[in-house]
Formats: sequence, C-alpha cells, structure tokens
Amino acid sequence: MRRPTEDSFFTRAALIAVTVGYVGLFLLLPLLIVFFSALEQGISAAFAALKDADAQYAIRLTLITAAIAVPLNAIFGICAAWAVAKYDFRGKSILTALIDLPFSVSPVISGLIYVLVFGMQGWLGPWLRDHDIKIVFALPGIVLATMFVTFPFVARELIPLMSDQGRDEEEAAVTLGASGFQMFLRVTLPNIKWGLLYGVLLCNARAMGEFGAVSVVSGHIRGLTDTMPLHVEVLYNDYQYVAAFAVASLLALLAIVTLILKSLLEWRYADEIAAVHRH
Amino acid sequence: MNMSSAVASSPRLRWRNPSVLPGFGLTLGFTLFYLSVVVLVPLTALLLKPWTLGWDGVVSVVTEPRVLHALKLSFGGAAIAAIVNAVFGLLLAWTLVRYEFPLKRFVDALIDLPFALPTAVAGIALSALYAENGWVGGPLSGLGLKIAYTPLGVIVALIFIGLPFVVRTLEPVLADMSLDAEEAASTLGATRFQILRRVVLPALVPALITGTTLAFARAVGEYGSVIFIAGNLPMKSEIAPLLIIIKLQQFDYAGAAAIGLVMLLASFLIILALNLLQSAFAARR
Amino acid sequence: MKKLHALVAAAALLVSGAAQAANVTLLNVSYDPTRELYKNVNAAFVAEWKAKTGDSLTINQSHGGSGSQARAVIDGLDADVVTLALAYDIDAIAQKAQLLPANWQKRLPDNSTPYTSTIVFLVRKGNPWKIKDWGDLVKPGVHVITPNPKTSGGARWAYLAAWAYAEKKPGGNAAAAKAFVREVYKHVPVLDSGARGSTITFTKRGIGDVLLSWENEAHLALQENPGQFEIVYPSSSILAEPPVALVDKNVDRHGTRKVAEAYLQFLYTRKAQEIEAQNFYRPRDKAVLAAHAKDFPEIKLYTIDDLFGGWTKAQATHFADGGVFDQIYKPGK
Repeated sequence: MRRPTEDSFFTRAALIAVTVGYVGLFLLLPLLIVFFSALEQGISAAFAALKDADAQYAIRLTLITAAIAVPLNAIFGICAAWAVAKYDFRGKSILTALIDLPFSVSPVISGLIYVLVFGMQGWLGPWLRDHDIKIVFALPGIVLATMFVTFPFVARELIPLMSDQGRDEEEAAVTLGASGFQMFLRVTLPNIKWGLLYGVLLCNARAMGEFGAVSVVSGHIRGLTDTMPLHVEVLYNDYQYVAAFAVASLLALLAIVTLILKSLLEWRYADEIAAVHRH
Repeated sequence: MNMSSAVASSPRLRWRNPSVLPGFGLTLGFTLFYLSVVVLVPLTALLLKPWTLGWDGVVSVVTEPRVLHALKLSFGGAAIAAIVNAVFGLLLAWTLVRYEFPLKRFVDALIDLPFALPTAVAGIALSALYAENGWVGGPLSGLGLKIAYTPLGVIVALIFIGLPFVVRTLEPVLADMSLDAEEAASTLGATRFQILRRVVLPALVPALITGTTLAFARAVGEYGSVIFIAGNLPMKSEIAPLLIIIKLQQFDYAGAAAIGLVMLLASFLIILALNLLQSAFAARR
Repeated sequence: MKKLHALVAAAALLVSGAAQAANVTLLNVSYDPTRELYKNVNAAFVAEWKAKTGDSLTINQSHGGSGSQARAVIDGLDADVVTLALAYDIDAIAQKAQLLPANWQKRLPDNSTPYTSTIVFLVRKGNPWKIKDWGDLVKPGVHVITPNPKTSGGARWAYLAAWAYAEKKPGGNAAAAKAFVREVYKHVPVLDSGARGSTITFTKRGIGDVLLSWENEAHLALQENPGQFEIVYPSSSILAEPPVALVDKNVDRHGTRKVAEAYLQFLYTRKAQEIEAQNFYRPRDKAVLAAHAKDFPEIKLYTIDDLFGGWTKAQATHFADGGVFDQIYKPGK
C-alpha cells in the first residue's frame, strides 16, 4: 500500500506528463530550433560563420564586457551582503529594495538612463567630448549597461546565505585576534564560496546575453561595438540565417554550460547554497 | 576601519546596533557608492527628464490611448503570464521535488534556460516556432489559433522568461517541507485533497507569491524576446517598451522617459503590494 | 655616439614614413537596407583612396533603423558621414545637435542623393491575389506587410506612396487619400520596426500576401529566395531620396574632412553609380541608368516636395504624435 503522503499512480503520471510537456513546449523546443537552424546547411557552414572576423570581434567584445562587469558586480555583491547580513542598521530594508531595483527596470530603460547621463544631449556629454572621453557608443557604455542589468545577481545570492550563517564564526575569529582581512579570507570566504560562484555564474550568463539595454548604448558599429547578441540581430537582418543561428547557438551553448555547472554546484554543494533558495 | 573608528563615531551611528565585526564602514560605503554610480544617479536622470514637459505634458503623454493600451498590454500580459507560470510552476516544482522519473535532472536543469538564453535569441526562436509555418504555430493555426503576431504571442514570450522564477522559489520550500504534518493529517482522517488544500498549499503560498512577483517584475519591462513575436500593431499588440523606443526615434526623450517613469512606478507599487501580501501570509503561519 | 645618431635618424624616418601612409578611419552611419551596397562601395573607395594617397583607409559601418541611427548620432555616435533613409532624419541631426549646417542638402548634387529608390510590391509566386496596383491592397482578405512608419524610413515612403496614389487618381483628394491609407493599414497584421524585419516576416514566416518594399529590398528578396516571389510595379509610386551628408563637427574633430568629402563625392562617380545600380538603387547617372533599364521599369514617381511640401511638413502632418498616422489607429473612427 502506498504511504499517505504519496500520490496515486495516475496523479503522478499526469503531473509528470504535464511537466515534461510544459518544459518541452516552452523551453526545449526553442533551444532545439536554434541548433536545428544553425546546422541547416551543415556543420562547416556554422563554423565558417563563427570564424568570420566580425563574429570573432563580437565574441571578444562580449568576453571583455563580462570580464569587467562580472567581477565588479561580484565585489559589490560581497560588500553589500556583508553590510546587510552581518549588521543591523536602520534603512536596511530600503537598501535591499534598492539593490533589487534594476531587476524590475525594463532593459530599454536601463540603456536609456546612461544615454540621458552620458549622451551628447545629456548631463555630462559635452564635457566628456571636450575631454575626448567616450562612454556611450563605446566599451564603457556597454559595460555600464551590462553592470546595471546584472547588478543584483551576486548580492541576491549572498545576502540570504550570509544572513543564515550568522556572525558567530566571524566574531570568534575577531575575538581571537584575526584582522578583518584574515577573518574574511579564512572564515567568510570559505563559507560563501559556492554561493558566490553560483551567483557569478548566473550574473555571467545574463551579462553575456543582454540585448535590450546594450542595443540602446552600443551604436551598432560592426566589428567595434557589436556584442554577440547584437551580432545575432545584425546577421539575422543580413539574410544570413545560418550564421545568425550559429552565433546564437554559441550563446545557447554558453547557456547550457552554465546550466550544467549550476546543476553540478547544486548537486555537489546543495547544503551550502541551500539558503539561497530559501528566501 | 575597524572597532576604533566604529567606537569613535558611535554617537553618530546610533542607527545601528554595535557589532564587533570589522568592515561595516568600508562595505556599506562601497555598497552605497557603487549603488549610486551604477543605479541611482542614472535613474535620477530618468526621474527628472519627463518634467521638462511640465506636469500637463507628462499627463497627456501617458494618458494617450495608444500609450494606455500598450501599458495595459505590458502589465496585463505580464500578469497573465505570471498567473499561468504560478499554476504550472507549482505543478512543475511539485513534480520535480516529489517524484522520480527518467531524465528528471535534465528537465530540472532546463528550467533555468530562460535565465541564461539571450533574449534576442529567445525572441527569434519563439517567433520561428510559433509563426503559422513553424513547428508549433502550424498545427495550432490548423485549429484556428494564431499565436505569433497577436497579443497571445506576447504572453507566450513572457511565460518563457518568467517560468524559472516561480519554480526556483518553490522548489527549496517544497524540499524543506517535512512530511510529518501531511502524515499526521492523514492519520486524523483527512483526504489527500484536504491535506493538499489545508496543509501543503498554505505553507507554499508565501514562496508562490514571491516567485510570481519576480516573474511579473521581469516580464513587465521585457523587450528583446517579445518584439520578434508581438506583431507590434498600435492598440493591439504593441508593448510599452516598444513605445519608449518609438518615442526615442522621434527624438522625444522626455516622452520616452515619461512612459519609462510610469512603468517603473507602477511595477514598483505592484511589487510592493505583493511583498506586503507575502509577508502577511508568512506572518499568519 | 654615431650609432645612436643613426638609430635616431632611422627612427625618425620610420615615424615620418608612418605619417605619410596614415591609417585613416571613417564611420558611416547608415540605415538598414544599405548593408550590401556599402560593403561593395566601401571596398571600391578604399582601393581608390589607397592608390591615390597611399593611406590605408578603414570604413566602419553602423546600420539600424534610420530614426534610431539619427538619434544615436545626436547622442554622440561619432559618425563622419551619415547616409540615411530620408532627409528629415538628417535635418534632425542639424537641428538638435548642430553637427552640420541647416542647408546641408544643398551642398551635394541632386539634393544630396547620389541614388534614389522607390516603393514596389513583392507578392508570392503567381500573384494569387492578382495584385496589380495600390487599389488591390484593400481587396477583402488581402494582408499587407509593411513596417511601422514611426520607426522605419522605408515605411514612411510606402505610406506616402499609397497616399499619393489615392490623392492623384481621378476624383481623388486629401480626404479620400486619408480614408484609403486608413483602409490599407487595416489590412496590415504585423508592423515590424524596420524594413528588414518586414521582409523576414513576409518571406520567412509566410505572413501576408503583399510586401510594400524598397525596390532594392524586393530585388534582394528575389535573389535570396529564387522562384518564390514576384515583383509588381504599381501604376505610380514615390521618388524616395535617401540622402547622404558630411557631419562637419565630427570630421573636423577627427581631421577626416578631406577623405569624408572625397568619399561622398565618390558616390556620384561612374564606378560607384554602377555599384549602386548593381545593388538595385536607381543611379542618378543617365548612362548607368540606361544600361540597367530592365531592372528599373519607368513608372510615375511623385516627389515629396511636390505633393507633401517637403519632409518637415510631411513629418509634422503625417507621422508626428497625433498626426494622421496616429489618427488612423484611433479607435472608433
């Protein structure tokens, strides 16, 4: 006889069918069609598209952007989580709400705000031009927009984790005479490393894939300010469907690698990042 | 930057409880600095820009029928998508936590795909799938159901990007939930349905609200994945972020910022309300 | 000591040598359908410039919707030259950012448009709906694909071409034209944001029965999808003049005025006109046009100045917020 907390075979079968169907329809099919379209003319056509100079440049630009934006957001995430999780102070809930804010801002607006500040018609544009500093329509603008859309990712993972861990261990370390830096390196970091990695992973995936915000500040100069997602659009608009989907499948592959790493992390270190999922 | 400075400035820092841990000033300082530079100052530009039109100008921009309709579609579509995701997300999370079946890990991993897949790629893939000559759109149009280039297409795209939020907030709560209460209720003679309704569901409601809120928040402003599949007809399938782009292309920065401001405020209020609801439920337990 | 002198001299020689054969970079900010055109034109001009001056020239291209490209230049995108879909967008750069003088269109021949184009119909093979002219677009059941005039330059030309047909046909007037244009847009199921988006919706997604398209886009679509589509020339259309201009403030800052001017003038040369014709833009050069006459059937082409009083006026009347296009979509009318 089945246990009282177990559902009947029929219920289980039906729910599993719904789950597999829903995931298949909404998630798996879109992923499959990307690879399917990329390989429409064989694998060599897809590889040729990736070897194209503009595609190579777009890949490099995306990597550079992520290499700047992700570490900065990770450092910010650690600082913010430390301040929020380890101390009690007034205005803490406002601070956490503000950290989450970029999450509910439309990507289009995320790009627009930097144009309003750094564009020629904006606050700092004319001054920047006089001093020959380029922000929007150049790498700094792309990095800023990317930072904005991925802003909360690391902090969101770390705040609940560090709150859960409490401050006993760190307090003990300090009482025993450890300096702040030693305490962080020996006590805090080992405790949060997997949660941190997890946050960085998500942050990185989003950073490499951002389209809307970056497209507002990029200027779309081929081989100069086109990131991979923008290059997909360029190729798509150039009637180069296979090439477009080839670059897109590279991004999809990145998504899959992220998912695999993430699953591994979850599976291997479930306890240490469990708190992340409890909020 | 450690205890001595904290003590020295303690009269001014009465707004926080004392702690022996170092680094408060440093970390909070950096947090505030970074938050200001990347988020707050640029967002202030958005807050200030519309008022170059004056109050009346802003009101007339955002009450224009076309703008109102687009806002309605963005918010309504996001709400419908969030509700669909709430229902199916609940089922999915339940299945993935409670049952074992082949390829479960694979299905579970796929849930995160919308986080990781670039929105433009998602948009192109979805419109290729759901167009009348696509793998899914073809059979459906045979049944007289059109998805791509209608408001339904908008909802499909928003369902896609919102799904992981519901599932991922529910899963850990379900996994943590002990079976004792269910077993006790069963011993007391409750039917399975009664147990689900009275024991399981109430425990899930706060997380369900949180997840649905996140899915909603993400969907309201979505542009990249929607634009390819929406059809973009004024008064029909035009979303608010597209109107912002259109205003920008007419060199109407203030008008664009006005719509952006309204969207920001509205989603903030809705998220706030849902957060209050969530803490009310959490407190009742 | 002698050695050092020699070294310095050699270094100086190297530096001056580098200065003689400079690396020059131009940025051409253009609209969507000109990608193939400028790829070819740029290659030809770079070769010519190298032969003439010895300088290695790199021409960077940025493509996008005409309006959003103009906005990017206004916001500081460092264009040396702009080659956009319509004069209004360059006017906006002159007005809002003062990057070039207001009379920019008088500086080059033919209204600063080295090539012209027009709006034609692309229909599915065999023309199943028998679409021959503008009037056929409003047959019951016909679906028309065209981009959003608010965001696409080509779409604005298409709108004006439809208007011109209805106003100029026997018994036509402005009121009839407005009613006709409204009727046409009732047959539009998708408004993409750009010309390329519409072409893809029509050709790849299989939506719609007729695409209102740039002439060159229609020819490209034929090439890309052989045997699937046909081009139909309506009885009349509009003379679309996509202008080019030097962005004075930017070239002076970059020190690229000379090469940028030469680049724009190159567009009028026999060689470039030939490339333009090969890319299905109507060349201004009579001889080149005659050589490609079979690609460019003669139809009645109205001009925006004659019929609509120029771009500034047309934009204000038809496409600005609250203009005729917005009224078309007002509910209940």
